[in-house]
Amino acid sequence: MDTQQELRLSDDLLAFIDIWKEKRGNLIMILHRIQQDFGYVPKKIAIELSRYIDVPLAKIYGVLTFYHYFKQEKPGRNTLAVCTGTACYLKGAQDLLHEVENLLGAGVKQTTEDGEFSVEAVRCIGCCGLSPVMTINDEVFGVLKTDELAGIISKFHSKSSGQQ
Amino acid sequence: MQKIHIKINQIPMEVEKGTSVLVAAKKAGIHIPTLCAHPDLTPWGACGLCVVKVEGMPKLPRACVTEVSEGASYITHDPELNKIRRTIVEMILSNHPNECLTCGRSGSCELQTLAANFSIREVPFESNVTEHPKDESTLSIVLDPRKCIKCGRCVLVCQQLQDVWALEFIGRGDHTEMMPAAGALLSESPCIKCGQCSAHCPVGAIYERDDTKKLLDAILDPELHVAVQIAPAVRVAIGEAFGLEPGTITTGKIYAALRRIGVDAIFDTNFSADLTIMEEGTEFVDRLTKGGVLPLITSCCPSWVDYMEKYCADMIPNFSTAKSPMMMQGALTKTYYADKKEIPKEKIFSAAIMPCTSKKFEIVRHKDMYASGQQDVDVVLTTRELARLIKQSGIDFLSLPDEGADSPIGAYTGAGTIFGATGGVMEAALRTGYFLVTGSEYEKITFEEVRGMDGIRTASIHIDGKELRVAIAHGVANVRDLLNEIRQARDEGKEPPYHFVEVMACRGGCIAGGGQPYNTTDEVRNARIAGMYADDQQSEIRCSHKNPFIEEIYKEFLETPGSGKAHELLHTHYQHRPLYTK
Ligand code: SF4
Ligand code: SF4
Ligand code: SF4
Ligand code: FES
Repeated sequence: MDTQQELRLSDDLLAFIDIWKEKRGNLIMILHRIQQDFGYVPKKIAIELSRYIDVPLAKIYGVLTFYHYFKQEKPGRNTLAVCTGTACYLKGAQDLLHEVENLLGAGVKQTTEDGEFSVEAVRCIGCCGLSPVMTINDEVFGVLKTDELAGIISKFHSKSSGQQ
Repeated sequence: MQKIHIKINQIPMEVEKGTSVLVAAKKAGIHIPTLCAHPDLTPWGACGLCVVKVEGMPKLPRACVTEVSEGASYITHDPELNKIRRTIVEMILSNHPNECLTCGRSGSCELQTLAANFSIREVPFESNVTEHPKDESTLSIVLDPRKCIKCGRCVLVCQQLQDVWALEFIGRGDHTEMMPAAGALLSESPCIKCGQCSAHCPVGAIYERDDTKKLLDAILDPELHVAVQIAPAVRVAIGEAFGLEPGTITTGKIYAALRRIGVDAIFDTNFSADLTIMEEGTEFVDRLTKGGVLPLITSCCPSWVDYMEKYCADMIPNFSTAKSPMMMQGALTKTYYADKKEIPKEKIFSAAIMPCTSKKFEIVRHKDMYASGQQDVDVVLTTRELARLIKQSGIDFLSLPDEGADSPIGAYTGAGTIFGATGGVMEAALRTGYFLVTGSEYEKITFEEVRGMDGIRTASIHIDGKELRVAIAHGVANVRDLLNEIRQARDEGKEPPYHFVEVMACRGGCIAGGGQPYNTTDEVRNARIAGMYADDQQSEIRCSHKNPFIEEIYKEFLETPGSGKAHELLHTHYQHRPLYTK
């Protein structure tokens, strides 16, 4: 995924849209394809799409916000997810989320200004024994306490870990 | 039509196939409570309040989305259904702020009425009100999402009736919110400020911006001379706020009430409706005889202008440059009237009572709205706001005497009155058009063929041996096809399908504007329209060009229709306004 891509509908995408334009359920297919290309559905692209297929932007956002699958924000380099399933919730998932927001300045469904982290709240990820649980990318951190968060997060931060 | 035989609460009935249980019950004189269904809109069964029983069936269908079926027996009310409905209301209340005392809908709110009827004294569920800031970005309406009960009417109105798509269901499930796309504020969205969402919202989640204080402050200011104009459609509707039937004409009482509130001069927008006919009519005849761009499209409706500037800027050359009657009246109040009265225009406060929320934004729409050198109209109050003002001023509206308007820009003709109804501008223009083309009078005064409630109406009228094709659309969703027909002819270099087109954004025209008394349905629209035409019929003079004050103002001040002076004060410009640029 090339996140530096210029924000406009590429010829490829336009060709795809032309094929799907008149079909039923097309909007979802087109939005899927856009998310594949950009990693999310940028507002600018949604507006361009709205003009191109002559569908109100409101209708596009109706679909976009109905399915959890679609992202409206550019995802961060790392995805930090706190489980808010019942077990984790009872063991203080909310406190974790608050602390994450404190540390990163980004709440659920937001991305830090430096583009390093996207924060998500997810439903049970099946590690209830380890609750409360947080994942960063593919790594799972269980039986987590709020004061451990700063240390863990800093390891994933590109500046502190020295990688790009 | 196939007939279906049913029973409602054991009363046998025969109704047309396809009728909903809700509508059938209404016919039987039974009121099933509703919060989401509305006669103007396609029902979608969201609130659940209209559940009924069907004998022999375990399920409780929702009456608004259930078609009657042959032989079925429906129960609309029993203690069990009452209990279910009560619980639904309680659940809605648990998500609703307890702010009736300061709510714009207090006294007319459909939820408040239900809570009262179901004797709800406390809410047994935990209160959970989502915090969300108000959207006060437009001059016309305010969105308070905390009060939204997610009935969806505003979204359906904005999409189905208006084809604007400013609002959409954003999100899903409990988190759904009715708002513009992409986090835009209403002012950044395609919203055309028609206020139809506010007129359909059952609660106080969308309401007109209240500007009553501005008028009261101006009246209190001893330096200011307060001049108020009232629009055609106000007179057939405001009575509803005082218990009168829709369509009752109360012009004289409105004048009297405004005088008692403390206004210095009272004018009637109908006067400048007559003036609009002279200006727009002359523009039309010019285009017709000199080969200008046709069809000419009316521009009195600011929501329609806003829509055109956003969605169909390619039609700008077709738009009449004539300002709306309200703006003409404002410009004249601060020039012609100011000069006559020898009052400096800075000392005149010009207010307008309108059926319309969009007019609140029109007064600052373009620099042309400052033609007098000042803001030509300083404040717009809707019919609903004036009704409140009358009540708070302790005026017994119904016992007021009928008074007259002030000279010289207060007198009007029947043609000016009917401006408030769909087809009215067209009819008024036709009455004067003949005179403008031929210089002589036409024997015909009424043009029944342009009246009615069909979304699009077309007619062909013969004037002086020439065929004149006209079209009328109301409710913005009806405009698209008409415009496409015109575009197609234009692009193919063909003769335009119409010469003159009238558009009003609101269904039924301004008589059903977004600022009119609540509970507007087609029945109410028809009654108000009938009121307009009755007022016209009673008028001594029924053609704009015969209004003696119109003749006078041209002689004394404006010279001729379409003169340089008229253009400076009474005409305007349009520009493309692309959507979602922020
Ligand atoms: S004012 Fe009219 S255009 Fe704007 S949101 Fe309401 S219904 Fe839609
Ligand atoms: S804002 Fe009003 S009309 Fe719109 S969904 Fe909410 S309650 Fe219904
Ligand atoms: S039709 Fe009349 S009330 Fe409705 S927006 Fe237009 S001017 Fe206002
Ligand atoms: S009125 Fe039928 S579900 Fe709301």
